Amino acid sequence: MANIISDETIEYVGILAKLELSDAEKEQAKKDMGRMLDYIDKLGELDTEGVEPMSHVFPVQNVFREDVVTNSDTREQLLSNAPEQKDGMFMVPKTFD
Amino acid sequence: MVINMAKQYETVIGLEVHVELATKTKIFCGCSTAFGGAPNTHTCPVCTGMPGSLPVLNKQVLEYAIAVGLATNCEITRYGKFDRKNYFYPDNPQNYQISQLYLPICRNGGVEIETEEGGKKTVGIHEIHMEEDAGKLVHDEWEDCSLVDYNRSGVPLIEIVSEPDMRSAEEVIAYLEKLRLIIQYLGASDCKLQEGSMRADVNLSVREAGAKEFGTRTEMKNLNSFKAIARAIEGERERQIDLLEEGQKVVQETRRWDDTKGESYAMRSKEDAQDYRYFPDPDLAPIVVSDEMLEEIRAKQPEFRTEKMARYKEEYDIPDYDIDIITGTKRMADLFEATVAICGQPKKVSNWLMGETLRLMKEKEVDAEDLSFSPENLAKLIGLVDSKAINSSVAKEVFEVMFEEDIDPEKYVEEKGLKTVNDEGALRRTIEEVIANNPQSVDDYHNGKEKAIGFLVGQTMKAMKGKADPGMVNQILRELL
Amino acid sequence: MSDMLHMTAVELAAAIRAGKTTAVEAAEAELARIEEKEKELNCYVTVDKERVMAQAKTVQKKIEDGELTGPLAGVPVAVKDNMCTEGLLTTCSSRILGNFVPTFTAEAVCNLEKAGAVILGKTNMDEFAMGSTTETSAYGVTKNPWNTEHVPGGSSGGSAAAVAAGECFYALGSDTGGSIRQPASFCGVVGMKPTYGTVSRYGLIAYGSSLDQIGPLAKDVTDCATVLEVIASHDKKDSTSVARQDTDFTRALTEDVKGMKIGIPRDYFGEGLNEEVKTAVLQAAKMLEEKGAIVEEFDLSLVDYAIPAYYTIAAAEASSNLERFDGIKYGYRTPEYEGLHNMYKKSRSEGFGEEVKRRIMLGSFVLSSGYYDAYYLKALKVKALIKKAFDEAFAKYDVILGPAAPTTAPKLGESLADPIQMYLGDIYTIAVNLAGLPGISLPCGKDSKGLPIGLQLIGDCFREKTLIQTAYTYEKARGAFL
Repeated sequence: MANIISDETIEYVGILAKLELSDAEKEQAKKDMGRMLDYIDKLGELDTEGVEPMSHVFPVQNVFREDVVTNSDTREQLLSNAPEQKDGMFMVPKTFD
Repeated sequence: MVINMAKQYETVIGLEVHVELATKTKIFCGCSTAFGGAPNTHTCPVCTGMPGSLPVLNKQVLEYAIAVGLATNCEITRYGKFDRKNYFYPDNPQNYQISQLYLPICRNGGVEIETEEGGKKTVGIHEIHMEEDAGKLVHDEWEDCSLVDYNRSGVPLIEIVSEPDMRSAEEVIAYLEKLRLIIQYLGASDCKLQEGSMRADVNLSVREAGAKEFGTRTEMKNLNSFKAIARAIEGERERQIDLLEEGQKVVQETRRWDDTKGESYAMRSKEDAQDYRYFPDPDLAPIVVSDEMLEEIRAKQPEFRTEKMARYKEEYDIPDYDIDIITGTKRMADLFEATVAICGQPKKVSNWLMGETLRLMKEKEVDAEDLSFSPENLAKLIGLVDSKAINSSVAKEVFEVMFEEDIDPEKYVEEKGLKTVNDEGALRRTIEEVIANNPQSVDDYHNGKEKAIGFLVGQTMKAMKGKADPGMVNQILRELL
Repeated sequence: MSDMLHMTAVELAAAIRAGKTTAVEAAEAELARIEEKEKELNCYVTVDKERVMAQAKTVQKKIEDGELTGPLAGVPVAVKDNMCTEGLLTTCSSRILGNFVPTFTAEAVCNLEKAGAVILGKTNMDEFAMGSTTETSAYGVTKNPWNTEHVPGGSSGGSAAAVAAGECFYALGSDTGGSIRQPASFCGVVGMKPTYGTVSRYGLIAYGSSLDQIGPLAKDVTDCATVLEVIASHDKKDSTSVARQDTDFTRALTEDVKGMKIGIPRDYFGEGLNEEVKTAVLQAAKMLEEKGAIVEEFDLSLVDYAIPAYYTIAAAEASSNLERFDGIKYGYRTPEYEGLHNMYKKSRSEGFGEEVKRRIMLGSFVLSSGYYDAYYLKALKVKALIKKAFDEAFAKYDVILGPAAPTTAPKLGESLADPIQMYLGDIYTIAVNLAGLPGISLPCGKDSKGLPIGLQLIGDCFREKTLIQTAYTYEKARGAFL
C-alpha cells in the first residue's frame, strides 16, 4: 500500500468532516482511505498537462433571477423539522464568538 | 553608558471590506433583505439549507459587483464561478458558504487616497468577490444556549480585498471613506458601519523600518466604527511591537477587537481547522461577462465625485469649500441637486446645507446618509423666506422641525401661525409703543449709539412674537425716531 | 380487472381513460400487492395508504372531469426516497433523516403529480444513494424479486425491485454513477438516465451535484419514454436545468435502426466481464445489426480512469452536500452532547452509516489543503479527457452499446466487504455521468441462475431520442421479457 494514512490525518479529517470515529472505525478508515487513494493514484498515470479542469459539463451559463421578492413568511414550516426551537428560532448549544 | 536606541517600526495594513448590497432580495433566493422582520420570517428552503433546495443567482448582485469593480479600476473576470467555502457553524445553514475563491468577479484594481502629508497614493485592490452573508446568533441567557435566525442568511455581500498598501490608521480611514463614497454614489450599498452594511477586517503586521519582508500578520474582526478601527490599529500595532521587543513571535491568527476594553483577543478553537476545502459550486452555472453586459453596466455608471465637483463649479456659483462638503456624501449631493432642480437657487440651497444642516447634524449626531428631510420641503422653505412669508429666524425654527420629522413647512407655518405680519399699521403701532417704553434707548440712539437700534428691533420682534420682517421693523424704527 | 398489475403504465392509463378501471382501483390493487410482497422484498421505506387513496380519488375525479387526459393519469408510481415530497417522510434511507418531512415537493415529482400520478410511497435505496446494492440503507435491505437471495442493485434498488415485483407501475430513481441503470439491469426492467440538466434536480437531495440526474424505471421502453417526457422540464429553480425543445421523447418510439451506427467499445468487453453477460449483450448487438444497424467495435479509451475520477469528484461533492445534516434544522440530533462541536460530531457519527462516512472522509480529504490539486483538480482534468473521448466516439457513432454491469445481481452480503470491488461494478455506467450523457439499460437475457442481464445504450448529449428509438427497436425484436 503506497498511501499510509496516519492517526493524525484521520483525526484531522474527522475535525473537518465533523465525524467522531471509534478506535476500531479509525483503523478501518485508515485502511479504506489508504486503499482508495492508492486506487485514485492511478489518475497520475495520465498526462493532464494543459488540460482545463472540467467542473461543469453542461452547456449552461449565466443563469440569473430578477431581483424581485417572491417568498413570503413560511417560518412555521421552516421550523417544523427542528429538533429544538425557541421564540421562532433554532436552538443550538451555546456558541462563543 | 548604553544608549537605548528605540527601533523604528513600520505598520503594514491590508483590509478586507464586506459590503452588504442594496438588493431587494437575497443573493440566491427570492427572500426579502429588509431589516427588522421577526426571526426567520424572511427565509425559504434555499437560505436555510433545506435538503433538495438549490441556489439561483440574483442578477442585480452581479451587476452591482461589476459596477463597483469598474469604479475601482478593476479588471472584470469574463469567465467566473462560485466556490463553496466549507466550515461548520450554526449561522451557516448549509455549513458551507457560497463565495468566490478561484475566479472572483473583479481583480487588480485600486483607488487613490490623499495622505496626511497632502500627497496622493494608490491603495491596490487585490480582488472583489461575491458571497452570501450568514444568519444571526442570539445568545439566550435563560436556557444557556444560542438561537439561530436566518433572516440575514443569504443577504448578498461583496468582499473587497485590498493589497497591503496602507501604513497608518489615517490611510485606512481615507481608503474606507473613498470606498464608501464610490459605493454610495453607485447606489450599491448604504455602507453603514454601525449597522453592519459595511464591515472591515484589518490585516496588520509590523516590520522594522527599511525591512523588505513583511512581518507575520494578524486579522482583526468586529470593528464597527472608524474610531474603533483607528483604536484597533493602534492597539494591535503596539501589541505586535511589544511582542517583538520581548523577543517573541507574532502568531498568525484571527483576533476579535473589544472596543470598550480597548484590547483584542485570539479567536481560536481546537475543534476547527482553518481549512475551508474550497471547490467550484456544482449547483451554480458559470458566469460569462460579455462585452455587451459590461458596456451596459458601464453606461449606467453614475457621475462620480470628481466629475460632480467639476460640474458644480461650472453650473452653480457656490464656493469650492461648499462643493467639497456637499459632494462628500451621496445623500448631501442628491439633496442639493434635487432641491436646486425645484427652486433654482443653488446658493440658497447650499447655504441651508452648509449652515443649519451641518449644525444640526453635529448637534444631533446624525450622519449625512440618515438625513431625512425631502428636497421638496427644503425648496418650500426657501420659497417661504423668499416671499417674506416668514423671516429667517422663524425659518430656522421650522427647519429644525423639518430636520427631525420632514414636515411640510407651508402647512406647518400656517398651522402654527408663524407667518410674518405684513400689516404696516399694526407694526407701526407696536413700534410706537416700544419707543414710548424705552426712552433710554431712544436717547442713546440720538446720541449716536448705533447699537441701541438693535435693542429696539429686538424689543419689537419680541412684541410681535418674532413674526415681523426685521428689515421692515428697522426701516419704520428709523423713520419714527 | 384481475390482471391489471401486468399492464404497463401506458396501458393502465388508457384503460382508466376508457373507463375500464379507475385510478382508485389501480391504487387499491397496488396497495394490496405491496401488502403481499413487502415482507419479502422491502422495496419501500414509506407507504401512506390514506394519502394514496385520497390522491387516487382526487385524480380519478379530475380524469372524469376531463381535467387530466395525459398518458400517465391515474397510474400509481413509486418515488425514490431521496426526492422531497411535501408532507411525506423523506429519509434518503438514512437514520439522520429518519423523521424528516419536507415542506416542498421535488420538481420532477410535481411534474408527475400535475400529470395525474398517484404516489404510492417512497422506495428504499442505498443511504444517500451511496452504494450499488441497496444494502447500505438504514431501513433494511431490499431483495431482488427474481431471486430473494440476491440484491436488487443500487442505489435505486427499491424503485427497480418495486417495478419488477409489480409493486408499482413505474418508479423514479436517481443516477449518479449508474444508480438507475445498474438496478434496472439486475431487476430486468428498463431504466434511463437522461442528459444532465434534462430533469430538474430541485428537491432531489444531493449526493454528487454535478453527476446526479433523476430518471424513470419502467416496465418497457414505451413507459420509460412516456415518463421521461412528463418529468423533463426547464426549471428556473435549478441553475443547471437546460431549456430543451426536444423533450417529446415518445415520438422516438419507432422501430427503425436502419443505417444507425452503433459502436461497441472493446474496453467494455475485457477482463472482469462475466461470460454470460458478454454473450447476451453481443447477441443483442447482433439483433440490432440484423435490423439494419451498422455495428462496429472501437476503442473508447480511458475506461479504467473513470472510476477513480468519479469517486474523487462524487466523494468531494458529497462531503460538502452532506454538511447540512448537522442536527440543527432538521433530522437526527444526538440526545446527549457537550457543546456545539460535540453535538455536530455525535449527531453525524450516529446518524450516518458506514459507507456514507467513508465517502465523506475521503471527500473531505481530497479537498483538504495540500491535496486539492493532486486529487480533486486532477480528477476534473481526467473528467475533461473522458468527455473528449466520448466526443470523439460520437463523431463516429450514434449509439455506444455495452453491458450495464459486469455481472448479474450478486448475492446479498457479498459486496459490502470490499468497497473497491463494489466500486468496480460501476465501471460501465460511471463515465456516462462524468460526461453528462444519457444512458438506458434494458433487459437482454438471463444468466444460468435466471437472473436478468442488462444491455446499456449510451448516446451523445441530448440524444435520448436516438437511444429510445434503438431500445424500442431492440425490445420489439427481442419480444416479451418474462
